[in-house]
Amino acid sequence: MYRYDEFDERFVRERVGQFRDQVARRLDGSLTEDEFKPLRLKNGVYLQLHAYMLRIAIPYGTLSARQLRQLALIGERYDRGYGHFTTRQNLQFNWPQLRDVPAILDLLADVEMHCIQTSGNCIRNVTADHFAGVAQDEIEDPRAVCELIRQWSTAHPEFSYLPRKFKIAATGAQHDRAVIKAHDIGIRILKHPQSGEIGYEISVGGGLGRTPMIGKVVRDFLPKTDLLAYLEAVMRVYNLEGRRDNKYKARVKILVHEIGTDEFRRRVEAEFAKLDGPSVNADPEELARIESYFTPPAYQSLPEDSQALAVAKAANPDFARWVDTNLTPHRVPGYSAVTISLKPVGLAPGDATSEQMRLVADLAERYSFDELRVTHAQNLVLPHVRKDDLFAIWQALVPVGLATANLGLITDIIACPGLDYCALATARSIPIAQAIAQRFADVERQASIGELNIKISGCINACGHHHVGHIGVLGLEKRGIESYQITLGGEATENASIGEILGPGLPAEEVPNAIEAIVGVYERHRHDGERFIETVKRVGLVPFKTAFKELADAVA
Amino acid sequence: MLLLDRNGAATDGWTRTEGAAIGNLSRALVGFDALPEALAQLAPDQQIGVLISNALAVSELEPFLPRLSLIAIGFPAFADGRGFSQAKAIRRAGFTGSLRASGPLIPDQFDYALACGFDEIELPDTSADRQTVLQWQQARGRLSQTYQRGYRRDGNILDRRRLARTASGSTAP
Ligand code: HEM
Ligand code: SF4
Repeated sequence: MYRYDEFDERFVRERVGQFRDQVARRLDGSLTEDEFKPLRLKNGVYLQLHAYMLRIAIPYGTLSARQLRQLALIGERYDRGYGHFTTRQNLQFNWPQLRDVPAILDLLADVEMHCIQTSGNCIRNVTADHFAGVAQDEIEDPRAVCELIRQWSTAHPEFSYLPRKFKIAATGAQHDRAVIKAHDIGIRILKHPQSGEIGYEISVGGGLGRTPMIGKVVRDFLPKTDLLAYLEAVMRVYNLEGRRDNKYKARVKILVHEIGTDEFRRRVEAEFAKLDGPSVNADPEELARIESYFTPPAYQSLPEDSQALAVAKAANPDFARWVDTNLTPHRVPGYSAVTISLKPVGLAPGDATSEQMRLVADLAERYSFDELRVTHAQNLVLPHVRKDDLFAIWQALVPVGLATANLGLITDIIACPGLDYCALATARSIPIAQAIAQRFADVERQASIGELNIKISGCINACGHHHVGHIGVLGLEKRGIESYQITLGGEATENASIGEILGPGLPAEEVPNAIEAIVGVYERHRHDGERFIETVKRVGLVPFKTAFKELADAVA
Repeated sequence: MLLLDRNGAATDGWTRTEGAAIGNLSRALVGFDALPEALAQLAPDQQIGVLISNALAVSELEPFLPRLSLIAIGFPAFADGRGFSQAKAIRRAGFTGSLRASGPLIPDQFDYALACGFDEIELPDTSADRQTVLQWQQARGRLSQTYQRGYRRDGNILDRRRLARTASGSTAP
């Protein structure tokens, strides 16, 4: 894991001091509320429905036990004993007091964490594949380049007052688990087809929100050393030319769309050519310095299969189900990556109590080289677990309600906070997720349906990624009543695509029935071993629309 | 109006003119539209500055740069960051005169503005009434070191790390 050096440490401390001073200047009237707002947003402080909200960055989703314990402590001392993991590898506290924020920032700095640029019109927390360094299909661990970008984008003199927020995600694997095509910039590490040199493919202009778009490749291959200069070129074009007349058209995706990918590429390349690259780029030694923090831990050499695991599975069907569902293959024999689901049936997706955080921290320390990951699907991961230890881990998770076996299944739902917390919401989303999970609570049923991603947003801003859900649910408001629009066929992978609307909006209580109807069509049409999304792609929307229409007509 | 530079409050030696009528002003500040005409009248002992909108492409300004002593970039709002990129591009094009940010910036942007190439900030009274010169000075260097290379700031973190590497003669951390 990356560790702060003296410079990082000093920077984060000074940043807390700066924010204290900004709060003081707001309180004595030197700064108006309008002037203060972007300053507090750039330090993660939102004003929400009931209270302030604090958003903490978990850069590229990697955490240590000590850090998670500190989050547990903050949750207890300054919130209501829990926190909410978001789709952008952040943690949100929903109930802190503004006056406590500087103290919280101090506690975060103590464990090399911060809230810097988790909000506001700047380059946000950089996200990555949550199986970085673990996945079998990985070319190179993307976290080093994410750390480089985290540093470069922090308090950037030129790009801190952009037209709109700017999100960057990176993956080093063939299979995209970081949804890079739904980001303003998506970075894919790849090998040059001829030379074999490792470099980056750069996509620009993806995004969700009210105008969902899939990112376009603007550079097939960027040499590693040129990264910061190239990013500077992209950001300069956007900062100068992105729309500022309408905040709904201010994201870079709109600029790319309006002038076209080719013209955007031309402008970026023209700017890149004018830039003095060597004066901007990080030395290869600097990237190497960062990379050295992400070298693999000291794995034991183990046989691929674990005898202890086989025995425990045979004796315990619940454990066997969890093992069959929540594990991801590890590149090292005898190890596995374990997903700890934060989606127990009936609770809010992504919430974890302080008690749960402490337990997971203990497990990470004991069984996973002191390392944890946070996923964009709002779950936690123990990335390097010996298969021999799986049973002990499961036994520890069961009593605190963290042993739900549903990774990737219909109850592993992504949902934004919605009307329960969010000032922009037009509808509830957490209760909808809960109702769907209740409906499909039966574990046999979930297993037989197989992989199916439901994603729910409480308004058109799409924080719940509904556009790229296999089934998306968008909560709107029509004449004072919540109305839910269902989309089908979205995907968040390297085949990223945006779901299509099935029909008219439904009242809240009909949503589980609609999901049931959609699943029914799948079950009737699926070929042996075919996943939900594959069936949808093969048979098309028509049979689903027909079933949906029957339901909608009956409701109307 | 309050003019600030690195050292605190400064006096403004420039006079804004209507159109291109620079008369015998020693330092005349004109709008971009009037610039060609004003330059045509320029006497040897006169200096000329231009006030540009932050929507102007720097390429349009480039032909005039060698003859300008001041460029003032208008910031319609502090949250509109185009001026930072314009300043950077103007410096890259070789401009060595004074660069001024003109508008309701906030003290927390002072370091950013200087790093991008500005020399001075021209604040409207509505801002200056609330934000004292002292606050602007205190905001300077509040973040003593930042990461970006290629900006006008002393010692960025990446260069310092490089120095430390060369000093210790190693490439490993
Ligand atoms: C509760 C306070 C929140 C507010 C006020 C808020 C606000 C917004 C807004 C206005 C947008 C649309 C931006 C645009 O299209 O330009 C957006 C998008 C987004 N937000 Fe949130 N959000 C909140 C919470 C969350 C949470 C909890 C998550 C994660 C679960 C999240 C993750 C995202 C993501 C992933 C997007 C869409 C991706 C994109 O930017 O294109 N937000 N948010
Ligand atoms: S999608 Fe809408 S309701 Fe949900 S968190 Fe985002 S802004 Fe709030």
